[in-house]
Amino acid sequence: MDYVKIILLGAITVIAALASGWAHDLAYQVHALLIMVVAFAMFIYVLRNTDEPAKPTMEHDGIYFDGVIRAGVIATAFWGIAGFLVGTFIAFQLAFPALNFEWGQPFTNFGRLRPLHTSAVIFAFGGNALIATSLYVVQRTSAARLWGGNTAWFVFWGYQLFIVLAATGYLLGATQSKEYAEPEWYVDIWLTIVWLAYLAVFLGTIYKRREKHIYVANWFFLAFIITVAMLHLVNNLSIPVSIWGSKSVQVFSGVQDAMTQWWYGHNAVGFFLTAGFLGMMYYFVPKQAGRPVYSYKLSIIHFWALIFLYIWAGPHHLHYTALPDWAATLGMVFSIVLWMPSWGGMINGLMTLQGAWDKLRTDPIMRMFVLSLGFYGMSTFEGPMMSIRAVNSLSHYTDWTIGHVHSGALGWNGMITFACIYFLTPRLWGRKQMYSMAAINWHFWLATLGIVLYAASMWVTGIMEGLMWREVDDQGFLVNSFADTVSAKFPMYVVRGLGGVLFLSGALVMVWNMFMTIRGAKPVTASVPQATANATPAE
Amino acid sequence: MADRKIDEETGVETTGHSWDGIEELNNPLPRWWLWCLYATIVWGIGYVIAFPAWPMISGATEGMLGWSTRGNVAQEIVAHEAKNETLVTAMLDTELAELPANADLHRYAVARGASVFRAQCSQCHGSGAAGAKGYPNLLDNDWLWGGTVDEIAHTVAHGIRNETDDDARWSEMPAFGEILEDEEIAATVEYVVSLSNPDHDAALATAGAELFADNCVACHGENALGNPDLGAPNLADVIWLYGGDRDTLTETIYYSRYGVMPAWGQRLTDADVRAVSSYVHALGGGQ
Repeated sequence: MDYVKIILLGAITVIAALASGWAHDLAYQVHALLIMVVAFAMFIYVLRNTDEPAKPTMEHDGIYFDGVIRAGVIATAFWGIAGFLVGTFIAFQLAFPALNFEWGQPFTNFGRLRPLHTSAVIFAFGGNALIATSLYVVQRTSAARLWGGNTAWFVFWGYQLFIVLAATGYLLGATQSKEYAEPEWYVDIWLTIVWLAYLAVFLGTIYKRREKHIYVANWFFLAFIITVAMLHLVNNLSIPVSIWGSKSVQVFSGVQDAMTQWWYGHNAVGFFLTAGFLGMMYYFVPKQAGRPVYSYKLSIIHFWALIFLYIWAGPHHLHYTALPDWAATLGMVFSIVLWMPSWGGMINGLMTLQGAWDKLRTDPIMRMFVLSLGFYGMSTFEGPMMSIRAVNSLSHYTDWTIGHVHSGALGWNGMITFACIYFLTPRLWGRKQMYSMAAINWHFWLATLGIVLYAASMWVTGIMEGLMWREVDDQGFLVNSFADTVSAKFPMYVVRGLGGVLFLSGALVMVWNMFMTIRGAKPVTASVPQATANATPAE
Repeated sequence: MADRKIDEETGVETTGHSWDGIEELNNPLPRWWLWCLYATIVWGIGYVIAFPAWPMISGATEGMLGWSTRGNVAQEIVAHEAKNETLVTAMLDTELAELPANADLHRYAVARGASVFRAQCSQCHGSGAAGAKGYPNLLDNDWLWGGTVDEIAHTVAHGIRNETDDDARWSEMPAFGEILEDEEIAATVEYVVSLSNPDHDAALATAGAELFADNCVACHGENALGNPDLGAPNLADVIWLYGGDRDTLTETIYYSRYGVMPAWGQRLTDADVRAVSSYVHALGGGQ
């Protein structure tokens, strides 16, 4: 086995070296060199350990595979800070264009930093949070160690490599210009490999579970993993111009490409940021509350309704475009019917606190969970509303959309991730609780205030610019030029930037708290329970 | 179902499973939730009947209301056109120079012209009409081809030095690089600089003045004040189309310039040409 690895890694090193020499563009060259270094380091490592006597290891089927989750928790915090930092910076770039520094061109202009921000928060911060929590939850609720041995480590490191390739690619100008799917073809192929390995680990663990039934959190995680794989494959169908260059040409074109893109884009929200995070919710909220899930029936109905309806909602991103009216109508109708299924998750989460509402007073982590569910409910109401054609004609292309995404991303995804980190960190490193509960409280209020500033300023500026764009005089002529709306938005842009500063400060408080909790602590090994109350072998 | 029990806090039965200590209550679907879900479904069915929705083999269902986004826009345009019909007729029937006398009519012409300008002209002349290198500033009082509203309208309708309109404004400055020696061009440049810039070499400019008289006055005039009939710019007013520094002037004289403008009369309606001319005239520099 080691010999196969050595040959493979050696071959990759050589090919990457050649590729860096033949590269047509800078991004591809840097990536080839990066891959060459990584492959060579692994080559040396494997070579040195080949034919050595195996080290005695504590790892066995009787304990949970938690190392990769510890790494995932740290990576989540790391990429979170990176993403929030870039986000805050580009928010100020919009308010003060002089921050597009001359000396940093073209690498640090808004156009390149913006996808860096979105990918860092969605895929690096959110993705690591999802991978870490899903692998934690699937083990606990299946009472089984992760399937596939070190495959989970491959998933983790492979995913980090994907993030680095994507991020450096944006800065160096490699993009296929599809929102939230900017990475070029070779990065897409790599992510596909990593994602299939992730699916295998997850499914394998479910298959060897010792619980009779699959817990609801795992349905959501599985729906998220499978659908994201499908979305990723279809939306990234492209033909490289050269295998020695980063540029590729999309298979679809025109309105078909736009529709594919937003089928992908909307379901990235639906399955990555909603279904996946609902999976987190269904484990961590009842755990933290110490209460049973409110309604099993609701969880089934809203799960199936959600995944059936979400996939059709994409066309509402293309109202009043070249997309035919019928497609836009269907997208809008499915979005509206989606409202209640989305709220099913909020109801099930909030009502799980029945009998534990007093924890809101005493437990800042519980408060974070509840706030995140509140924002989830608000943005899943706002979303269907904005999909209505008439509302969309006002809101589309304005900052209202930006505000909507951020109330979801910061409020729902951000808050629930922070709460999960606070839940996991002490448990994974053998502490009774976080180093400072007061700091969690600070984080809660900083983040909440930040989100309020962000969302409120974007509502105001979004509706204002929408109204300014459509304002006509009595003879039917437009009253405002585009530049008029830009200058009118300035004060709100500053407020938005300050909101970002508060949100980022909260996250920094969290990182400090994590550091103090982990410092000097030993990783815990948690045993797989050998007999649960209703343990039955998987059929 | 293994282990159903009653939850003490709420008195509701559990489903009897436990995953890592998590149980589930057997609560029914909240009624209000279910009714809202049904309501959105019923509304959705109604909506897809009323509006274009279902793809068929060729085309899609059109919906009972016959609504479409394109129809919607067409309706709005028709409504505005109907509302402004009398103004348009009046604008076409009035001499351009007389328009400012009728405040309401002039406001219409200028507003319509502004929207034409933003769509068609701003690419070269800038959204504020301040121009750019090679594209004249339309805000100042310096006109290459005349600044009365009728002269502007002629320029807009027929364009400048284009191949598509026989009435296009036309003139051609020779490339003096083939006619004069380099030293002579340098002297001429110095003379042109001297017209508007006290910081010049007087001796060289004097030599240049003679060359200017021999080669340039025919178009630019004796005092270099230009000639709108020939599109010859005034060289003494510190307003430069390509630049007034020595290097740029040398380039201009050596190679000449050949700025082109399309004939908009071939692309815009008569009303639009008149409107945009009124707008440009009203920008501040009109004569």
